[in-house]
This record gives sequence, structure tokens and C-alpha cells, in this order.
Amino acid sequence: MTAPIIAVQGLRKSYGDVTVLDGLDLEVARGEVLALLGPNGAGKTTTVRILSTLLRPDAGTVTVAGYDVVRSPGRVRAAISLTGQFAAVDELLTGEENLRLMARLSHLGRTEARTRPAALLELFDLTDAARRPVKTYSGGMRRRLDLAASLLSRPQVLVLDEPTTGLDPRSRNDLWAVIGDAVRAGTTVLLTTQYLEEADQLADRVAVIDHGRVIASGTAASLKSQVGAAHVELTTATGIERIETDGSVGDVHRILGDVERRGLLVDSWAVRTPTLDDVFLTLTGQPAEPGQPATTEARELQEIR
Amino acid sequence: MTTLDLTPRVDQSPTGNLGDTLALVGRCLRRSTRQLDTLLLAVMLPVMLLLMFVYVFGGAIQSGMDYVDFVVPGILLLTAGYGASTTAVDVASDITAGIMDRFRSMPIRATGVMTGHVAASMARNAVSTALVIGIALLIGFDAQASALDWLAAIGLIALYVAALTWIAVAIGVVASGPEAASGFSFAILFLPYVSSAFVPVDSMPSVLSSIAAWNPVTPVADTVRGLLLGTPVGSSAAQAIAWCVGLLLVGWVAASVLFRRQR
Repeated sequence: MTAPIIAVQGLRKSYGDVTVLDGLDLEVARGEVLALLGPNGAGKTTTVRILSTLLRPDAGTVTVAGYDVVRSPGRVRAAISLTGQFAAVDELLTGEENLRLMARLSHLGRTEARTRPAALLELFDLTDAARRPVKTYSGGMRRRLDLAASLLSRPQVLVLDEPTTGLDPRSRNDLWAVIGDAVRAGTTVLLTTQYLEEADQLADRVAVIDHGRVIASGTAASLKSQVGAAHVELTTATGIERIETDGSVGDVHRILGDVERRGLLVDSWAVRTPTLDDVFLTLTGQPAEPGQPATTEARELQEIR
Repeated sequence: MTTLDLTPRVDQSPTGNLGDTLALVGRCLRRSTRQLDTLLLAVMLPVMLLLMFVYVFGGAIQSGMDYVDFVVPGILLLTAGYGASTTAVDVASDITAGIMDRFRSMPIRATGVMTGHVAASMARNAVSTALVIGIALLIGFDAQASALDWLAAIGLIALYVAALTWIAVAIGVVASGPEAASGFSFAILFLPYVSSAFVPVDSMPSVLSSIAAWNPVTPVADTVRGLLLGTPVGSSAAQAIAWCVGLLLVGWVAASVLFRRQR
């Protein structure tokens, strides 16, 4: 087994009395897509900022591509690209100038520094806007340019902090298609998300994080199976009733037969398997829908910093 | 569609180089040309003050010489100070916009970003100082200076700009945002008033004149005045250089330390 490309052990970070990371452990294999999933204030952004050498951990060890983030930040930076929550591009420069600048700062070879900006602008459908200042771009265009900037350097690890926030569904799909290409080419991706659907569909593995710890990790399917069995959901005039099932035809048939015998008036019925929403609810005791208030306001504020 | 290589690169250099700094200088120079309103204000403000001082207040001020001659060196320092101080806003904007996080997560020299801002400030100030000198000559500024004197005066103004710009960078790094950072511009704008820039120090009440004597603008203004008008310079030159080099070092060290400490 090869060594993980990201290894986090006992990571701790607090701001004053507020503990944001409380002994977080995490491993990501080379070429894997890992989603950090958690409510606001769980410590996702803080983790990402420590991995990207922007913040110093209080305790614990973090290595990326074999290098310690505190002792060899330069080596870590040479291996990663960060796309943060805000589009990190220069508003006054054009899209093309932004990418040319990043190409120079990424120390690309002469040929690549010349050809990659144009190729990435085309890939992200920004060729027509290439010579316009970024301040004239829409939010979605900025995010696309931001990701293009991150892919310029051909990073080993792509770190994406809530990459699709504020994107329309089509842009989101386009963005994921490009990231998918990068993953097939061997890039490792660590992303944070509040969208359960995103974690479910795109990540190989999901790490659920709450109060600064990983409270569960595994494939989306294995997490769901931890929560419990499938059930038959009956919508009646008086509300919703759930009956557990093993999901087999015979069992569902038995349950529906039972319902009929009891003479229940059912408006609609369905067989439901647990969603990541249920996973969340079970593991953290709170739903994980975007926009839900964080556990404490102070933690949320600290995390935004 | 163009085929694009996305294969991870494992041989990227972990250290920055001079090319990074040059690229970042280029970035800030480009930004300056796209913010003509800022540049215009940096010229218009001192020119308006120059005209006001010369034509409105000038007649009432006893400076021992033509007031336009007395005040132009002061106005030049005001121009330089204001032009340098807007760097605080640029640096603070980089931080709030998130682009600083991108730079800091790249394998480049940490100071390159700041050096870029300082270089752009020097270039902007060269333009605005030249324009203010041109207008001063038009309204009758009568310099008694050799080419070497001019060169020395401009060199001192450049040192003054560099010192204030590095202080501005440090302020920009610690400020909570561009709005807070812009407060520095106001402070710098008022610095020359309690100095020998606009009125002779000995015309002030004793408390103010002792403050003015300690104001770094005073020796710088006296030296520039001496170089351009032939008034005695005395120990002002040494004091001016000491102040500027001292402020430059303090600003540079503070900016570098604060920049790294954010991590």
C-alpha cells in the first residue's frame, strides 16, 4: 500500500477559548476524491487553510505529498492548488492577464506558460471574455476563472473549499466534468461541501466532520447503511408513516398487504433508502441543509476568518 | 476543444525566484493604469492645495521668501505621502478579495506581493510628482538649483515615498479591510501640517513648534527646500535620511513579520 498523499493526525486549532479543530484525523489516498462534509462551523475551512499552509496548527501533524505543512511549507505549496470560497482573482486585470500571471507564478515552462492560459480559458468557456476586466464578469464566470487558475499549475492535490457555491446547475456540471478529467489524469481532490448530493455523487469517500472531529467516514453507501435499513413511506391524510423493510419484493409486498388489510387510506407510498441527510441527522443530531444556523455563532465567525 | 494536459506535475520548484517578484510588479503596474481615478486624485488633491496655499493663504504667511517658493517643497511631500499611503488600501483589498490567500498558497517569495505594491507606488509617485512640479513651475516656482541639486531632492523624495509605502503596506496587512486602511491616507495627509512644510516652525506656539521640530516631515522639507532654493540645509539632510531609512526599515520589517504571522 502506498503512503497517503494527505495525512492528518490529531489536528487541533483554537482561537482563544473557541476550539475549532479538536483532534482531527484524516487520510487521503493518491488519486482519491474526498469530500469533507459538515455543517457551518464544523471546522472544514480551518482544515483546508491548515492544509494549504495559510494557517498554523496548534497541535498535530499534517503532511501533504510527504511534506510537513509547518516544516516544509514551500514543498507543500508546490504540490497543491487552492480554490477558496471567494474567487481569488484580480478584478482589475482581464481573465487572460490573470491566468498569465498565475502561469508565471507557477513556474511553468516557457511553452506551457504561453499555451495553457488560452487552453484553460477555452475549456471554461471564457475565451470571449478573455480580454475583459474580471470586474465585468458574473459570479459564475469568476469561479470558473478561479478554478482555471488552480488547474494551471497541474497540481498533485486540488483543494476546493465549497467550489460550487453560487453556481447555477449547468456551470456546476461543467465544473465537475473538468475536475473529473483532472482526477482521471491522477489528481487528488479534497473538497468541502454542504451539498450532500455533491458529496454523494462525486466523492469516492466522504468524511463527516462535526465539532472539529471526523465522526464518520467511508463511501456514501457505507455511511447510509450505518444509519439503518430502508423503509416504506406511507403518506396518509394524518401524516407520514414509516415502516422498516429489507427492501426485497416479498417484504414490501407483505407490508403493503398489511396496510390494505388495516384499511389505511394512503395518498401515496414509496420505498426509501436512507439519504446522506439521514446520515447527518443520525450522526450529528442536526440536519445539514445549507444555510442552517451553526451550533454556535462564535464558531461560525471564527471559521469564516 | 483543445486538449489540455492535466497530469499532476511532481517537479515543481518549492522556492520562489526573482521572476515571481517581477511578475507581481507587472501586476501592480497594470492595476495602477486601470485606476486612473485614483492616480488623478493623487495629483488633483495636491494641486488644489498648492493653488489654495499660494493664492488664498499665501499672502498672509510670513515665510521670508516668495510663498510659492516656500510651499512647493511641502506640497511635493504631501503629494508623495498621499500617493504612498493609498498602498495600504491596495494591500488590504488583496487580503479581503482572497487573492492574497492564493498567492500565499503558491510556492513564491512571500515578500514578492508586497514588493510589487511598493514598486507600483514608486512609479505612480514619479508620475504625480512630475506633474505637480510642472504645475509649480507654471505658477512661478523659481528654483535656484543645479541638475545635481534636483537629482538629490528627487532622490530624497523617492526615499521618503519608499519609507511611507512600506509603512502603508504594514498598515494594509493589519487593517480589517480597505475602508479601515484608507484612514491611513488621512493621517498621512495631515502629517505635513504640523511641520515646516507649509509655514516656518518658529511661527507656531511653542508646544506645536516642538512637535513640528520632531516631525520627520520637517527635516525632509527643509532639505528639499535647501536643495531647490539654496537655503541653508545644515543638519537637516542627515536627519532626513536617518528618518527615512529608519521608517523604511521599520515598515519593511513590520510588513514582513505581520505578513507571515497571519499564517
